[in-house]
Amino acid sequence: MHLPSHLEQLEAESIYIMREVAAQFERPVLMYSVGKDSSCLLRLAQKAFYPGKIPFTALHVDTSYKFAEMYDFRDRMAKEVGLNLIVHRNEPALKDNANPYELGTQRCCALLKTGALLEALKKHEFDAAIGGARREEERSRAKERVFSFRDKHGQWDPRSQRPELWNLYNGKLAKGESMRVFPLSNWTEQDIWNYILQEEIPIVPLYYAKKRKVVVRGNMLIPVIDSDPRTYQGHKVEEVLCRYRSLGCYHCTGAVRSDADTLEKIVDEMTSVKTSERATRIIDFDTDGSMELKKREGYF
Amino acid sequence: MMSPAPAADQNGSHLSILRFSTAGSVDDGKSTLIGRLLHDSGNVYEDHLAALEATAKKAGSTRVSLALLTDGLKAEREQGITIDVAYRYFATPRRRFILADSPGHVQYTRNMATGASTVDLTIILVDARTGVIEQTKRHAFITALLGVPRIVLAVNKMDLVGYSQDRFEEIVADFTEFSAKLGVREIKFIPVSALEGDNVVERSGKMPWYGGETVLEHLESVYIAGDQNLVDFRFPVQYVLNPNQNFRGYAGTVASGLVRVGEEVVVLPSLAKSKVKSIAVPGKGVKGAQIPEATSRDAVVIQLEHQIDISRGDMIVRPKNVPRVTTQFDAMLVWMGDVPMDTATRYIIRHTARESKAYISGIDYKIDIHTLGRMDPAPLASNEIGRVSISTTTPLFVDPYQKNRSTGNFILIDPVSFLTVGAGMIIDRGRSEGAELEDGEAAPNLHHEVALVTQRERELRSGRKAVTVWLTGLSGSGKSTIAKAVERSIFDDGVPVYFVDGDNLRTGLNKGLGFSREDRSENLRRAAEVAALMNEAGVTVICAFISPYAADRERSREIIGKERFLEVYLSTPVSVCEERDPHGLYRKARAGEIKNFTGVNDPYEVPESPALRIDTAAKSVENSVEEVVALVVNRASL
Repeated sequence: MHLPSHLEQLEAESIYIMREVAAQFERPVLMYSVGKDSSCLLRLAQKAFYPGKIPFTALHVDTSYKFAEMYDFRDRMAKEVGLNLIVHRNEPALKDNANPYELGTQRCCALLKTGALLEALKKHEFDAAIGGARREEERSRAKERVFSFRDKHGQWDPRSQRPELWNLYNGKLAKGESMRVFPLSNWTEQDIWNYILQEEIPIVPLYYAKKRKVVVRGNMLIPVIDSDPRTYQGHKVEEVLCRYRSLGCYHCTGAVRSDADTLEKIVDEMTSVKTSERATRIIDFDTDGSMELKKREGYF
Repeated sequence: MMSPAPAADQNGSHLSILRFSTAGSVDDGKSTLIGRLLHDSGNVYEDHLAALEATAKKAGSTRVSLALLTDGLKAEREQGITIDVAYRYFATPRRRFILADSPGHVQYTRNMATGASTVDLTIILVDARTGVIEQTKRHAFITALLGVPRIVLAVNKMDLVGYSQDRFEEIVADFTEFSAKLGVREIKFIPVSALEGDNVVERSGKMPWYGGETVLEHLESVYIAGDQNLVDFRFPVQYVLNPNQNFRGYAGTVASGLVRVGEEVVVLPSLAKSKVKSIAVPGKGVKGAQIPEATSRDAVVIQLEHQIDISRGDMIVRPKNVPRVTTQFDAMLVWMGDVPMDTATRYIIRHTARESKAYISGIDYKIDIHTLGRMDPAPLASNEIGRVSISTTTPLFVDPYQKNRSTGNFILIDPVSFLTVGAGMIIDRGRSEGAELEDGEAAPNLHHEVALVTQRERELRSGRKAVTVWLTGLSGSGKSTIAKAVERSIFDDGVPVYFVDGDNLRTGLNKGLGFSREDRSENLRRAAEVAALMNEAGVTVICAFISPYAADRERSREIIGKERFLEVYLSTPVSVCEERDPHGLYRKARAGEIKNFTGVNDPYEVPESPALRIDTAAKSVENSVEEVVALVVNRASL
């Protein structure tokens, strides 16, 4: 008997969790954010139910501020995988021109991400939402459950979470309550990249190093979006060989200097990286414990 | 906790994972030990370290406090946020580690049990100055209770006892003596100083008398592949894949044992037999790969040769090695609910992929968490541990936890709040705990004989289903009279039938039961169990019991099964019954000689929807009997 490699163990665990969701909930939804974690999540869902189709609707909560490459990739993947994809935006807020420059990243996020997500979950009456969050990602996630309970308002109360023992997940809900489920809980960023490499999972080209127009601000490389002058006005635009470690809205995502233009090179880079992934998310610098706050409000 | 990868990790995808937990209070230096482990193994980000150095400098110290690396949770604790377990991830070139860290003293038992439920090893910290104390024993007990196969006793703060070999050996002797009865397979003792870094990652030059491994060396090399039960094949069906007419596969994770293509299997509870046609695992790519054999923890899709009706919660096993199929078992239970356990509540039980309703039908004893001695039975409150009996409404397929961690565990869920309120470990019934702890052999073929004849086969042979008529009503309402006449009539039709009442049970099986509310309830429970057994054997049963409480009748319905349980309510008015008073009981009750007499000074809860309602004041015995017999004939047909 062979001891499975750690990726096989993680994969088996995630598949088990996917199947639990399909069995325990009536209207589960797969949160698809287009990033690398979502790509892994999608592959795991495909594997868990093969030769059947993924028994979940997919949901992309769109802020309208994602990179163009992300929209292209999303639509291509939805077609290839045969996803039943719902795209939801907070249209009233967008009509009011919600943006981080005027509102600050926190309020903008609250409206376009958290608000839109809760709205979408409510509108479609989803009782379980599968997300790609990992415990290793951020300090406040270290204690997150695999099945994370949300009350009638979609809110997370750290005091009312259910103990999780063995592999027995308690998905019981009263009407209006919901569950967030995190099949990648035990994965690290390095696992994700190794898995993408091993499985040859398609990812958004933004993850690969390329010369890109950016504004250099300290260690941070702020992306320049031609169609949105706010991203570069009044700043010096430079061409820098760089890539994205994690993807979000272009206002709030920083690139890192890198020449890793293949998966192999990215995996190599990850083995020597000395800073955290979320350090490239401008969003987390708002206030101390900002993730904790957002989670309580219903953010993924 | 972020974890940068060590530079040497070039072979990242082929490492095994070790899951471990830590136990010990802040005073024992737990945070410092974890911090030291992460720091010295190169698992701390440069910017985090820089922040710690700045903090130290501000405090006028040159020494970085490694405890701060894990003390992120401290602030949250101060805010009153309960953290039961925080998970940390790190890696060395040899292994990947998942650390389940349970901080906090308030919910300690619950938190530690949660953390320990998934780990391969627990590090218990002892302060070399104080040695093995009550708390150390408590930690070791919970670790053993949750079936963690190995303990590392890290004797910390060796620097404060002058790195004394004598002191270390004294502690080793103390703990060895105490732990002998716990049944933990492997115990490793390591003298360390987390503060100074001795024997955590780097070997210490200050304890030349210790030639063993450091904590990290041990974590990296300890052999865990042998932990898995490879003997008893158990496959709980998690999800049925039936995408088209040509494909029917059973998705799930192998709980234990191994299975090969071509092997004969049996499905519980239907006992249908078949052979394994194919096994697929998630190989590279979406489609997965066909493999000849699957083992414990593999997430697979199994196809069988025959078309059988199988659904989630069923279990596929080998015909000659089946788990106990039962609705009754004993367990050690850790109570986690804020509301204490209640023996009248019908909890939801989750066991493998199976769900049922469950009562806590008995409490044997409670563990005194301070002395680890046994206390008198009482309902468990939050964070208490005890030995209980559980009865479920549908059979579960269980193994003792000591033999099989995957099929020996369960959780209890509160039926109203849906909170997880209990975590249980099933005990081999009727055997002493000592025997279990030492017993390492493969699970015996416990209920093979049950598996050879199915209920369906019995029914097909007799041409009918055996049912139970449950006559309920006041004393004097005519239960016995009708029951006996119904028994005669059915018997005369050539059908095996038996009349069960308080008289024939209380002289034998229920000898020793009195007439307290508890004893009367137990009398009814046993009557229902007897009826269920007789029904299974093909005998129709007529029960006659006052059975005044709806809860007791409901339990009988669950024990016997709702298809077989025919509740017949004799609604004869109390005035008529009292007039008949065949045993003079009403008179005695009125005179105050009998307390708690139903209809006089104890309530009768009228059935809401009985299968039949008969008022014997208005209907003749003959007609009443006819109605009951017609009901039986109707419900007995296959």
